[in-house]
Amino acid sequence: MQIAVTVNGRLHERSVEPRRLLCDFLRDDLGLTGTRVGCEHGACGSCTILVDGESARSCLMFAVQADGAELTTVEGLAPDGGLHPLQAAFREAHGLQCGFCTPGILMTMLPFLDENPDPDEAEIRTALSGNLCRCTGYQNIVKAVLIAAGVATNGESSQ
Amino acid sequence: MIRPSRSDHRVIGHPQRKIEGLAKSTGRAVYTDDITLPGMLHGKILRSPHPHAEIVSIDTTAAAALEGVHAVITGRDMPVQYGIIPWTPDEYPLCVNRVRYIGDGVAAVAALDEDTANRALGLIDVEYRELPAYLTPQEAAAATTDFIHEPKKPGHNGNVTKRVRLEFGDVDDGLDESELVVEGDYFFEGTTHTPIEPHCAIGLFEGDGKLTVWSATQVPHYLHRELARVLDLEGAKVRVVQPLVGGAFGGKSEPFDLEFCVAKLSMMTGRPVKILYTREEVFYAHRGRHPFHMRYRTGVDGEGKLKAVDAEILLDGGAYASFGLVTTYYAGQLLCAPYALPAYRFDSTRVYTNKPACGPKRGHGSVQPRFAFEVQMDKLAERVGMDPIEFRRLNFIGEDTRTINELRITSNGFLECLEAVERASDWKARFRQLPFGQGLGIAGSTYISGTNYPIYPNDMPQSGVQIQIDRSGRVAVFSGGSEIGQGCDSVVAYIAAEELGVPISHVRVLRGDTDFTPVDLGAYSSRVTFMLGNACIQAARELRAKVQSAVGEAWECPPDRVDLLGGLAVDTADPARSLPIAEAFNLAEARFGTLGATGSYNTPKDVHGEYRGGTIGASPAYSFTAHVAEVRVDVETGIVEVEKIWIAHDCGKALNPVLVEGQMEGSAYMGYAEALMEEQIFKDADHGRAGLHNAPSLLDYRIPTSLDTPAMESFIVESNDPEGPYGAKEAGEGPLHPSIPAIANAIYDAIGVRLDRLPFSPPNVWRRIREAEAGGGLTKPGAPSREVGVAP
Repeated sequence: MQIAVTVNGRLHERSVEPRRLLCDFLRDDLGLTGTRVGCEHGACGSCTILVDGESARSCLMFAVQADGAELTTVEGLAPDGGLHPLQAAFREAHGLQCGFCTPGILMTMLPFLDENPDPDEAEIRTALSGNLCRCTGYQNIVKAVLIAAGVATNGESSQ
Repeated sequence: MIRPSRSDHRVIGHPQRKIEGLAKSTGRAVYTDDITLPGMLHGKILRSPHPHAEIVSIDTTAAAALEGVHAVITGRDMPVQYGIIPWTPDEYPLCVNRVRYIGDGVAAVAALDEDTANRALGLIDVEYRELPAYLTPQEAAAATTDFIHEPKKPGHNGNVTKRVRLEFGDVDDGLDESELVVEGDYFFEGTTHTPIEPHCAIGLFEGDGKLTVWSATQVPHYLHRELARVLDLEGAKVRVVQPLVGGAFGGKSEPFDLEFCVAKLSMMTGRPVKILYTREEVFYAHRGRHPFHMRYRTGVDGEGKLKAVDAEILLDGGAYASFGLVTTYYAGQLLCAPYALPAYRFDSTRVYTNKPACGPKRGHGSVQPRFAFEVQMDKLAERVGMDPIEFRRLNFIGEDTRTINELRITSNGFLECLEAVERASDWKARFRQLPFGQGLGIAGSTYISGTNYPIYPNDMPQSGVQIQIDRSGRVAVFSGGSEIGQGCDSVVAYIAAEELGVPISHVRVLRGDTDFTPVDLGAYSSRVTFMLGNACIQAARELRAKVQSAVGEAWECPPDRVDLLGGLAVDTADPARSLPIAEAFNLAEARFGTLGATGSYNTPKDVHGEYRGGTIGASPAYSFTAHVAEVRVDVETGIVEVEKIWIAHDCGKALNPVLVEGQMEGSAYMGYAEALMEEQIFKDADHGRAGLHNAPSLLDYRIPTSLDTPAMESFIVESNDPEGPYGAKEAGEGPLHPSIPAIANAIYDAIGVRLDRLPFSPPNVWRRIREAEAGGGLTKPGAPSREVGVAP
């Protein structure tokens, strides 16, 4: 089937099999491997992207369902090659260890912070609860989101 | 006692970023499945639907004939047994004539795409003859026929993979002489690692006979060896590349079927072949925590000092040996600190069962006995009327000593750990004093900083690092360390920056490729910081000395007056005199030629006993941990909420305190998860298909979310180990251990009910509460009745 999707601001017109998963389309057809697949059934949240500005699991959508949509992947977070404040906060606050779940978490937190610019820890934990991280115990992830929201400062890393 | 530490480090000991943090936060980090090679085929593995069966025949004709299929292989294409432990090779890359669990690999296909490969699997016709399946270790231990593996000797039970009986001191006398003996039965349910990245491998066999395998592995060196051996290739023609690994926790620490299959399928097709496990396959690959059935008898004298410990342990090993020989020893060997045991005996038996093989999960083999033992300690403390923290202090083994099983202990900050969590949790004002339903619990533990001996016997270093200095001022570190998220690439960068005076951003860590990195044995047994770190220091200091010497010559001053820091070479006697570090490097290159150095680390050899098995559990240094957990128990529903865990860990020296805290929190989280939620369990015949994994998905195998995970507060204790790099010891596994018994002991403090079987899930807790009610009601336990060392 022919689809037209805008990914990170660029229009892609492609022919895809009807049962092609959106995550596979992004990773394999467009080479956007920052979107990661951890469980294939919507449980881990690693493959989270934005579909028309809302967080969505790209392993639970077919590529054809994204026809006409505007998608944002982690590669589109800071298109100028710099760092989005959220990315900078994760890097600063050690909100990542193995890093595999990180892009999905960033793409979940992005619309959350848009809607809740001044969140408390409990709200962050609730918004984060659909994304599994196996390394960190979540503590530094929550801290990174607080930093990104300007609620907390880190100021620890010297280099 | 805490040894003094150098305080003038500029990089080491300070919070730093991870060097790959930028790549990970932008999505540019490359994991194995992110790699696509030209002409790459996709492989899939056909798995057994039976827990135990003989393979009568396999017909692959139809699969091979399917359009898009390039090759089909079965066990007969790779009929060489392998195993991570050289003495117990008992598995084939694909089963040859018998399957031993539901999920055991039988055949593999390489095709143009995954859909075609999956269709081809459906066309493979396997005829099985089913055999009786042993699903519990008790059944397996009692079996007389249809053993899961051939007995090693006639008349033996082929289901017994290993039995270890060791006694130190006289346990029977010790128990006889004890004032009080507490006896308990404990069960630790199996759990699995659940890294978010599934296993993935790519094989590429080139016309010149060279094989490259990219793999999400923790042990590239051991994989290198086993690929060469099983595929009958010269080791010099095998290359293992380790992209970044998306979590491992022990679950990627031995070769797996997919790595052999991608290699063989590429050898047959001449094209690169990738296999990515489905999440379901990750649960079958397993190698996670063994279920342990444990019985402990622990005796104390009238003052509350431990007299003797007697342990009997039955390990449910699953279908293959894996690391099981070591697990069977670790089950007993790692219990002998942080408390002095005057007499200790363990009888540990591992049996095969028709389930996915168990192996090493974070805290290999010692998390289970630690749970049982620390609950025993809590029971003893109560019976002798002592505060359980005081009871642990009383029994502290000390530093610079030997355990009863002759392991050498050097630095030991356990008392400081106890003090930190006691103070932070406001223990004295709250233990046994919180309202009914709320409680505090304490537990302690120890863990190795690396196994003292490699998996295959040899005298070569356990870890090596090569460093090269460029005229631009850049330092290249060639590291064989396995970065699995813990930060070992960053650690070598910090060390190079510390020793050579360059900014961390001028250090390149070139890693994860057996073609150009020295051997490091892998990310297991908490060995990496200790061993790789020491190797890196050695290489860096050799170069540092050359740079100091060349600059000293130019300045006509002694070399030790030249310091390298902050991108400069500085005259310490005349700080106004300095050179940019690149110019200093150029002076050294002009003086000594091209600047490169290697460093290596090998372990001390006199740190264990000379008895059989005495080397297993030996380590150059041990970490120590104490946790206090606070819980709230709802006696109507059996729901346990862990409100907070205070974690104090003696890591020797925190090379980067933020990374250490991350390991402490991640460990405590994982322990919490095993305590309350996780169960790698299988159906029995009354509840579905016998031997089928109960829930091989992340929807059903519950791991904690951000809402479940308790608050955690970390306290780093620095005992400055005399042999660790800058004094460092491990931090990645030790801090998992006390979570589980601390939670169990806190539940007891809350409602007076002992939980000796994991997990403390609502149904299990609810049942124990109902039993306790039926047996006389629920009450808050009483406060300790006496001070330290005062007889009742």
